Amino acid sequence: MIKKLIRSVREFKKASILAPLFVTFEVALECIIPWYMVVMLESIQGTETISIENIVTHGIILLLLAGFSLLFGILSGVFAATAAAGFARNLRKDMYYRVQGFAFSNIDKFSAPSLVTRMTTDVANVQMSYMMIIRVAVRAPIMLIFSLIMAFTINAKVAWIFLVTVPVLAIALLCIFKFVDPIFNKVFKKYDAMNESVQENIKGIRVVKSYVRDKYENEKFAATAHNVRKDFLKGEKLIALAGPVMQFSMWFSILMICFLGAKIGAQAGNENTANEISSLIVYATQILSSLMMLSMIMVMISISKSSAKRIVEVLEEESDLHNPENPVYEVENGDVTFEDVDFKYDVKAERRALKGVNLNIKTGETVGIIGGTGSSKTSLVNLIPRLYDATSGHVYVGGRNVKEYDLETLRNQVAVVLQKNVLFSGTIKENLRWGNPDATDEELEKACRLAQAHEFIMGFPDKYDTYIEQGGTNVSGGQKQRLCIARALLKKPKILILDDSTSAVDTKTDALIRQAFKEEIPDTTKFIIAQRVASVQEADKILVMDGGKVADMGTHEELLARNPIYQEVYYSQNKTNTNGEGADVE
Amino acid sequence: MNKTNIRKGERPGVMHILGRLLKYMFKYYKIQLAVVIVCIMLNSVAAISSSIFLQRIIADVIEPAVGGLGWDGVKNSLYKIIAVMAGVYAVGLICSFVYTRLMAVVTQGFLYHLRRDMFERMQSLPIKYFDTHTHGDIMSCYTNDVDAIRQLISQSLPQAFAAAVAMIVLLVTMLSFSIWLTIVVMLGVLVMLLITKKIGGNSAKFFIRQQRSVGKTEGFVEEMMNGQKVIKVFCHEEQSKADFDAINDNLFKDSESANRFGNILMPILGNIGYVLYVIVAIVGGLLVLYNVPNLSLTGLAAAGIGMDIIISFLNMSRQFCFNISQVSSQINAVVMATAGAGRIFALLDEKEEVDDGYVTLVNAKEDEDGNLVESEERTGIWAWKHPHKAEGTITYERLSGDIELNEVDFGYVENKIVLHDVTIHAHPGQKVAFVGATGAGKTTITNLINRFYDIADGKIRYDGININKIKKGDLRRSLGIVLQDTNLFTGTIMENIRYGRLDATDEECIAAAKLANAHDFITRLPGGYSTMLTGDGANLSQGQKQLLSIARAAVADAPVMILDEATSSIDTRTEALVQQGMDALMDGRTVFVIAHRLSTVQNSNVIIVLDHGRIIEKGSHDELIKQKGQYYQLYTGAFELE
Repeated sequence: MIKKLIRSVREFKKASILAPLFVTFEVALECIIPWYMVVMLESIQGTETISIENIVTHGIILLLLAGFSLLFGILSGVFAATAAAGFARNLRKDMYYRVQGFAFSNIDKFSAPSLVTRMTTDVANVQMSYMMIIRVAVRAPIMLIFSLIMAFTINAKVAWIFLVTVPVLAIALLCIFKFVDPIFNKVFKKYDAMNESVQENIKGIRVVKSYVRDKYENEKFAATAHNVRKDFLKGEKLIALAGPVMQFSMWFSILMICFLGAKIGAQAGNENTANEISSLIVYATQILSSLMMLSMIMVMISISKSSAKRIVEVLEEESDLHNPENPVYEVENGDVTFEDVDFKYDVKAERRALKGVNLNIKTGETVGIIGGTGSSKTSLVNLIPRLYDATSGHVYVGGRNVKEYDLETLRNQVAVVLQKNVLFSGTIKENLRWGNPDATDEELEKACRLAQAHEFIMGFPDKYDTYIEQGGTNVSGGQKQRLCIARALLKKPKILILDDSTSAVDTKTDALIRQAFKEEIPDTTKFIIAQRVASVQEADKILVMDGGKVADMGTHEELLARNPIYQEVYYSQNKTNTNGEGADVE
Repeated sequence: MNKTNIRKGERPGVMHILGRLLKYMFKYYKIQLAVVIVCIMLNSVAAISSSIFLQRIIADVIEPAVGGLGWDGVKNSLYKIIAVMAGVYAVGLICSFVYTRLMAVVTQGFLYHLRRDMFERMQSLPIKYFDTHTHGDIMSCYTNDVDAIRQLISQSLPQAFAAAVAMIVLLVTMLSFSIWLTIVVMLGVLVMLLITKKIGGNSAKFFIRQQRSVGKTEGFVEEMMNGQKVIKVFCHEEQSKADFDAINDNLFKDSESANRFGNILMPILGNIGYVLYVIVAIVGGLLVLYNVPNLSLTGLAAAGIGMDIIISFLNMSRQFCFNISQVSSQINAVVMATAGAGRIFALLDEKEEVDDGYVTLVNAKEDEDGNLVESEERTGIWAWKHPHKAEGTITYERLSGDIELNEVDFGYVENKIVLHDVTIHAHPGQKVAFVGATGAGKTTITNLINRFYDIADGKIRYDGININKIKKGDLRRSLGIVLQDTNLFTGTIMENIRYGRLDATDEECIAAAKLANAHDFITRLPGGYSTMLTGDGANLSQGQKQLLSIARAAVADAPVMILDEATSSIDTRTEALVQQGMDALMDGRTVFVIAHRLSTVQNSNVIIVLDHGRIIEKGSHDELIKQKGQYYQLYTGAFELE
């Protein structure tokens, strides 16, 4: 897992190495400075009359040391910031690029909100840990070792006390975190669940208020919050032990240093005892606090472990679709053939979305597809631009197996207007040019006229430069659908697929669109999935889908005469009025 | 996170917000916090005491021993000092144990109270609040902001307090040694504070910028992830990568700057500490050299400063600097937490939904004389209990479902009227339908009836009673509402249906599900009625969710129904089935219907066509068809409302 992550460091390798390097220098100086302070003190005390030159000389050296320590400190801080922020940038980039390479089946696997969390919160956690690791993970052990060496050099007869306190503290901290880790793992899940329930409440506030359930909701939340508090407290109480344990080791060390130091010094009549004791105390602080730092890193890493896992999941996800090795870059015509096609969304799934489909469509034909929810209308058309691969059987476009084509070529020639369609934030022009980045204004207008969108666009104050809000919230459902059709038309495709793309358009406009298709793009093969019989009535062929099978195929008149499903749909929509189902408002 | 909000927290309010937060904590945990304060003080005195003991050891043990007394001459005083020291440390340790534990209790307890207060306040807020605040913003109060406060009270505050105590003790000690040297140290401290302010301020500025960048990236990624399939279909991957790179690089730069400033503060402060150390040594040396009379709290001494004072001063200046950097390292946490607390207080300060109603809804039955009297049990008869203050009497009015809107004007924002002069009279048992484009005001009207919003002008009467006089809860309980957004809650299917009426039995819930034609699909689920729903019913189709929300309304059994696009996501075949259930549900009740499909509203008693907040046509289906107006055009498909 770590190997996979580290691959994203790339151009920030230099900063990632320099940061700990400068930390090493900084730590070395931090350990030398207290020692040099003792030297300075001794020189001041040692002389009978005070010598200012002496102080100034030592002072300048000390200032130089401090200056270098400052320099290294700043450098390490700066490089660490760059390295961690850069690492995070590359992780986001790698994930994002990875997702761009996903096939539809990969996209289905990850929900959009989960991908957003992975690219933001999870990366932020990893960034934080990475910075900690390159700064502190080097600092702590070096400081520990360096300080221990210094302590033993000063007075080994006293310093042995660290051999007792260091392991004791280390073991105590380890024990605390070992117990705390599983508790927090559990608590964080509960905590997330609590926040999810708050979110649910906010989203459903109208329901809550309509049913006057505020008291009920309050009680429910109080119970959850109480639960979270109880579990958190269990963990926090354990964590709270770390402070006193640390202080105990610290003070015990100091006490022993004072006692042993004074005793040995007094017995030996050593003049330097006082300085030795005070510098040993300084090293005691450094030794024990570096242990504390190490334990903090452990916590940090354990927090970001699950984040790292979620990131790697995306990075390791292999796209289910690949470009063939010697791809074909030209789609000859709009013929579509299905040969014994079976399709499952998941290889392991039992349910087959498509069962034994055989089709033969000629260029320029209009094919209507009708059927209830779950009858796999969408699954059928998704195989044509190779959004998914058939599980068995073959799909041919323009006389060749879809797997032979270059994916981009195929998808540019087979334009799909998806059922769940999206406009992006940006002007109408920008959105339309998704279909063809080089389209001229005239071409844009022509496509919009075909899709019956030109008129309402001209009705906007900014016309084609009207800004579409995120999610297309400032245009109506019918307008959005027509813009999406225009966008697809700009590809000048050989095959055009409308997946329930005119459901919010009124019947009259719907008819105009179909008529325009017939007149303006007669050579394009058209697939039209619709709920309304009126939308497919005039098609050359109508497929009736039922439970993943093509139940019947024929013209409107043929089907009306013989197919019970088609009859039922037709009559349910036409029993109350003669004009199809009537308009759907909005 | 919202930029202006952060600004607000950063400005003069910081101390004010901190003060309010402390007051809030003291409200719940007076005694515990008092103990914590005492313990922290004792603990930090114990921590500083080491330098005092060290001085005593030097003066009473080592110097005499080296001076000739030898080990035997001093060992008793050493034992004594060590014993006292051990005693002080023991007290300090007990204090440390007590206060860390107590702080854990206080932190978790306080967060618990805070969350509950926030949640309860939120439940009482008017719908308008939820219109003007995004879900993300409200949620971040519960997540980011509460987390920031947790960090503040469990770490930053105790640490800052301990440091403050230590600094005061140090300052007093220093003053009692030498005022001259204290001034030197204080000058150094001043420099440190200025630098902290400069760098800390920059750091906070960039952290806020980073937050904004994160928000931008999040927004972009969200849009693209939601539109990922469209990106694939249009082979737009390369463009989308390029767009992302630009935004991602910006975030990188902001994050880099923020962390740089954050990272360099510590080394700078730490090394200024060393510089100060040197300066104290030099100044001290000069004072000794020129035998400057020492000035201390005890007065002007004739003699100059001794070496012992300089050495202990050097130690104290180190400790002082250490404490300052301790406090400084908490600056970002404090800025974040006060900004968060500011937002939380803003939520807690929001005005609750006002409810001046006094007419309540009660179960009723008829006594022998045919008069309505209040009943304990559900009787199927509802009555408005209307107390008359002036006469001191109570009257009961049978709920019949007569709802009248009279020349109603309304605007979500003042001075921007979206509903003009709306007059509607729904007689008991009638079905009233609203037809019109998005934004025509259909849902708005129903939101006025249940008083999600209050009208600007005009009157709404319910069984002849002005709805402002009816207690909101009772008003809403009398209205069964099915909304287009279904909003199910985490829990079993049974629990979700029971949400409509908490004391409904399993049988009643199942009966309601059957009524809404939801029973079939529920029994086909692996867990049946005990199937757990999560994430707003993510495991159900939109149509199934709508069926459940209809069942929920059915179990509530309210005398008046409002159906806002209740069947929009159900396909035409299923809708026919649901329709039977809905008809049963609507039977004998006053019903308001908003529907997408005109076929759904055809059999209404009154159809109201709305356009831009005005009623443009009103009448039955046949009447409107005859009029050949807007409705006729819609019906024949010649016109699209936009």
